[in-house]
Amino acid sequence: MSPADDPPPPHPSSRPLLAVGVRIQSDRHGGGMVLLYPEGVLRLNQTGADILSLCDGRRSIDEILAVLAETYDAQAQDFARDVIEFLNLLHARQFIRFTPGGLS
Amino acid sequence: MTNDASGVDHRPLGLLAELTHRCPLSCPYCSNPTRYGPVAEELSGDEWRRVFEEAGELGVLHVLLSGGEPLLRADLADLVMSARRAGLYTNLITSGLGLTPRRAEGLREAGLDSVQISLQADEQGTADRIAGMPAHAAKLRAARLVRELGLPLTINVVIHRHNIDRVESIIQLAESLGAHRLELANVQFYGWAFRNRDGLLPTVAQIDRAESIAAEAGTRLKGRMTILYVRPDYFGDRPKACMSGWSRRYLTVDPVGDVLPCPTAREIPGLRFDNVRHRSLDRIWAESDAFNRFRGTGWMPEPCQSCDRREVDFGGCRCQAALLTGDASATDPACSLSPHRDLLERAVRSAGPDAQPLVYREGPGRTGAARGGRDARTC
Repeated sequence: MSPADDPPPPHPSSRPLLAVGVRIQSDRHGGGMVLLYPEGVLRLNQTGADILSLCDGRRSIDEILAVLAETYDAQAQDFARDVIEFLNLLHARQFIRFTPGGLS
Repeated sequence: MTNDASGVDHRPLGLLAELTHRCPLSCPYCSNPTRYGPVAEELSGDEWRRVFEEAGELGVLHVLLSGGEPLLRADLADLVMSARRAGLYTNLITSGLGLTPRRAEGLREAGLDSVQISLQADEQGTADRIAGMPAHAAKLRAARLVRELGLPLTINVVIHRHNIDRVESIIQLAESLGAHRLELANVQFYGWAFRNRDGLLPTVAQIDRAESIAAEAGTRLKGRMTILYVRPDYFGDRPKACMSGWSRRYLTVDPVGDVLPCPTAREIPGLRFDNVRHRSLDRIWAESDAFNRFRGTGWMPEPCQSCDRREVDFGGCRCQAALLTGDASATDPACSLSPHRDLLERAVRSAGPDAQPLVYREGPGRTGAARGGRDARTC
């Protein structure tokens, strides 16, 4: 993959939202949370589940980072890159979409 | 023995619920068995509800509501609701025939998560010829309806010699319908398709060309529409990891309640299937003769037994081994290490440009007496 193929970073004001047909639910058999989509299942670790539970289409990425900073008692700039990379990965697999920020 | 000793080390994740084998279409590659159970004995809505509950308890997360044509079940919305209540993600696998705006709305309200519609080709003439009836226009209407309701849409097209050269236009059509996903599903040779193998097998050149078109489109459409194209096992070196391994992740319940490790398991002579009317799903999963016959790796012959891929591809497909070699526990001839590999290579070599007559599916639920499914026709 050439650098030109890398997705552009989402704007910090854009608001991630689970795509249609994607649900998160607890896994009553194996424990933990799973992301369900038309073709399969993605097992989420606690951090992944925490991030996705904030992707409600209302919060911006900046706001999500702020909530996570509070939850984990950490500085947002220390983990922002990892969170955005995770969101980009989910976006590339069509699990989430980014709605433009600035509107309410 | 590895996984076998304790019976079950794996939970199933997916349930294929074949709600009925009735279908208005008569595609010559239908994956349904070539013989059908009596329609009068189909499981009731209450029986399916119990199956979904037991599946959820067993660990299943996904149900494919399939057939035949599941829309021929008048109680389909109730079945969707039962499956959702059991904690299952619900996928409707349909031809689209019978999906009126009212039914579609009812299914969405019942909690349907996702819809897959099959198309036979990109244009009406070819598509209707393959389906054995005029169906294409109604399928397009159904696909648009699914998108209007905001449900995710997968388009599935079974690919074979008669439509493989149209893959580019098929991709364009799926794109224009707003599909989230397109499955270019190379025909697999079981049941009706096995009977029609000589008439359906593409050539190596056709496969190579379709593969490069699908790969190019996959890159171009990344993030918008996912394209699934898997090189068929007849044209590869290693077998597919069929069902992710026998009795590891999936189970199938057929219209009359028989529980199968895979939808084509009836191809294997001598397997005994248990029925949900007589036993619970968890006992069937753990104890059924059919499920335990090829579970794990203990049953494997050489060259599988000492192969470092034995838990990657699980020896390939049991049904294919049975169909081609007469021995369901043989190494899948799709593996280049199989002593029976030649059986498959000969079939591929003899695939040529000459059209072979196809035998169309006959079965319950077909309408339109004029369609003459008994005739072998040229597609």
